[in-house]
Amino acid sequence: MEKAEKGLNSSERDGEDRDTPLVERALAGDFAAFEQLVKKHQARVFYHAMKFLNRQEDAEDILQETFLHAFKGLSSFRGDALFLTWLLKIATNNCLMRLRKNKKMDLISLDKPVEINGSELPREIMDWSQNPSDQRMESETREYLDKAIARLPEDKRIVLLLKDVEGFSNQEISQTLGMSVAAVKSRLHRARLAMRDLLSHYFEEREINKK
Amino acid sequence: MKCTDILEKISDYLDKELDPDICKEIENHIHDCEPCIAFVNTMRKTVELFNKAGREPAPVPEHVSDKLMNFLKKNAKPE
Ligand SMILES: [Zn+2]
Repeated sequence: MEKAEKGLNSSERDGEDRDTPLVERALAGDFAAFEQLVKKHQARVFYHAMKFLNRQEDAEDILQETFLHAFKGLSSFRGDALFLTWLLKIATNNCLMRLRKNKKMDLISLDKPVEINGSELPREIMDWSQNPSDQRMESETREYLDKAIARLPEDKRIVLLLKDVEGFSNQEISQTLGMSVAAVKSRLHRARLAMRDLLSHYFEEREINKK
Repeated sequence: MKCTDILEKISDYLDKELDPDICKEIENHIHDCEPCIAFVNTMRKTVELFNKAGREPAPVPEHVSDKLMNFLKKNAKPE
């Protein structure tokens, strides 16, 4: 586990350099090399699907489908993209298909979506931006972020996930989701405002509890 | 530039998608507006926290990882 985390923390360039030989070995039929790629990237794929779909069973399925798809399509992986980016794109497409399927089956999230109020400047009292100054993210903060993003309405949740969590460009998101860049930006903006609000409550409460 | 303009433009500002002269106007406003300083700082931090959460995911639960490996051995591993 320690090792896998180190891999994720290193620069993307570094990750790419270390993935390419593994991909080549996997292509030559070395299954252990493919297993290493899976171990290294499974967390990114799994939590991507969790945030996307808000359902653990679905995320487990997507995790399996994505790596199977990647294994079978390995020869179509072009070295000009990062292996992780390629995986996340496969996962995103699988998630979108699953979302459509779930909708047909009428599975809707039971979480009450957060109200988004984007027209008023919040009367900010506390600047908590220096608050979590720790280098590594505390697991409590991470859990709170997961809960917060899960409360966003679906269209905004997916845009925030792709942009701020996974680092895709507005252009890529617009193509993936089939909406205009302007629509992506407006959803992103409203999603961020809502997340800032929730995080403000969270950090304010944490401050109060400390005293 | 008013506080409500900052509210409206903050995402584009943080993503560096605004013209330099608009950025300048925003920075001038923020300079003497206490609530906007806190607002911009906490918005920036919000985005950073999600960036960070993406780069540093929690470990996958063991049973999920085991299930994945078994599935791949069964369905992907060559004979
Ligand atoms: Zn102001």
